[in-house]
Amino acid sequence: MGLGSDMYRQQILDHYKNPRNYGELEDPTFTHVGENPMCGDEIRIDVKLEEDGESDDEETIKQVAFSGDGCAISQASASMLSKELQGKTVEELLEMDRDDVIDMLGVDISPMRVKCAVLAEKVAQDGAEIHRGELDVDKTTTED
Amino acid sequence: MSSQDLESLDVEGIRQQFPILQREFDGQQVVYLDNAATTQTPDPVVDAMSDYYRQYNANVHRGIHHLSQEASIAYEEAHDRVAEFINADGREEVIFTKNTTESENLLAYSWGLNELEPGDEIVLTEMEHHASLVTWQQIGKRTGADVKYIRIDDSGRLDMDHARDLITDDTEIVSAVHVSNTLGTVNPVGELTDLAHEHGALSFIDGAQAVPNRPVDVEEIGADFYAFSGHKMAGPTGIGVLYGKQELLEDMEPYLYGGGMIRKVTFEESTWGELPWKFEPGTPPIAEAVGLHAAVDWLEDIGMDRIRAHEQELAAYAYDRLDAEGDVEIYGPEAGSDRGGLVSFNLEGVHAHDLTSILNDHTVAVRAGDHCTQPLHDKLGVPASTRASFYVYNTREEVDKLVAALDDARQLFA
Repeated sequence: MGLGSDMYRQQILDHYKNPRNYGELEDPTFTHVGENPMCGDEIRIDVKLEEDGESDDEETIKQVAFSGDGCAISQASASMLSKELQGKTVEELLEMDRDDVIDMLGVDISPMRVKCAVLAEKVAQDGAEIHRGELDVDKTTTED
Repeated sequence: MSSQDLESLDVEGIRQQFPILQREFDGQQVVYLDNAATTQTPDPVVDAMSDYYRQYNANVHRGIHHLSQEASIAYEEAHDRVAEFINADGREEVIFTKNTTESENLLAYSWGLNELEPGDEIVLTEMEHHASLVTWQQIGKRTGADVKYIRIDDSGRLDMDHARDLITDDTEIVSAVHVSNTLGTVNPVGELTDLAHEHGALSFIDGAQAVPNRPVDVEEIGADFYAFSGHKMAGPTGIGVLYGKQELLEDMEPYLYGGGMIRKVTFEESTWGELPWKFEPGTPPIAEAVGLHAAVDWLEDIGMDRIRAHEQELAAYAYDRLDAEGDVEIYGPEAGSDRGGLVSFNLEGVHAHDLTSILNDHTVAVRAGDHCTQPLHDKLGVPASTRASFYVYNTREEVDKLVAALDDARQLFA
């Protein structure tokens, strides 16, 4: 035990300290926000899809950016997800579940911290569903 | 009490009564510093509850048979014991509920919904637990009464000048926390009660963090209502207390209806039974009442003055040690002042949840979050804090383990 909690492996800490794709997109196809009320984690995710003529599939994710504030698990998860989603289809995003996020993080997440881990994924998924007109919420929360 | 008496607290002997404190995770003995959330339960309390289930489990009040008589007497005597413990006038003034939250809701629904109207004012403090803050906020919305908050100053104490401004003849009730579960502040609840009474208002005191840790005398405070929970005072979960002055309780409408609370029922009408049973319909928490009785005996056997002294000593030690680290921000009144046995803090550059997970790797159990005081955390300007809270079985060595584990977080997040 001691130094190097299983949950805080180098990869997590690296993404937390040096977040990838941090910021906001200039011209996102959709953007959405969410929070984890228990921890006070907040995430905003901007997604840009391939546009007409750029690709065969308009449902392919071209670019992702995130911003927010919170614990290392929530922020590292958002950073890793922003990389992971590039080139994926919206359908693939919507098919992601908790286990996919935990696999992506590559560490054991203790049960009480799972909400931190899945926040970014839920925000991205809800954003996509709102974009498709299948959902109507202002803000995603992990308590729902 | 002399300092010699205080020093004679036999913490090692006390710890022997808590097998859970011997538990190990990955070869490390648990360091339980989450007592403001719930305290551990000593063997005599567990034994008393076990004895009830093994020897005299039965439903109360109406039974003619031997077992029901024994159970009824034990259940009723638990009220007497709690009344004695907080210096209430008798069992009529002690209502058993599920927890402090239910006690607050009982008062808010029974008295608040029936008595409050537009133009009335409810005065709270900025350091209220959600149990009272959310309850009064919602009762305010339903009745049209306004909710006002007594400010806290930079030291985490109530601004009593502001209290004197806020409490007016429009005030119907002043609801204040006795000891803050986040800041550790000990509020002048007697003074607040006097202010309420000067303006014809009632006072309700949330004693969830006070009754477990210090002598509480409801008569001395003068409070009209006072609430606390069994599980934060070495007793079981599932039982709380609402103390109320008898003449006020007699005038109040029941909050829950059902069996066991009535005098006479026809198809058209019902009349209510005696206090406190009027407020305790249905099968009550009998085993829990037996456990709470045993917990009160256990606490008084040690002595509430000693428990307070031990906790204050530990809180002051923890405050000083954390403060000396230089990169720890501590909330609430300074060390050495009258404080509850807890310290809430943040380590620079590390989110409270991350810190708490890392402390857990060292088997140090603390709590992270807003501690059910979200508006207070907004005011402090932090989303969350880490809280170490102490009880009669904690030691300085355990505080040392907490402080030592901070290094791990620093190295990881550097």
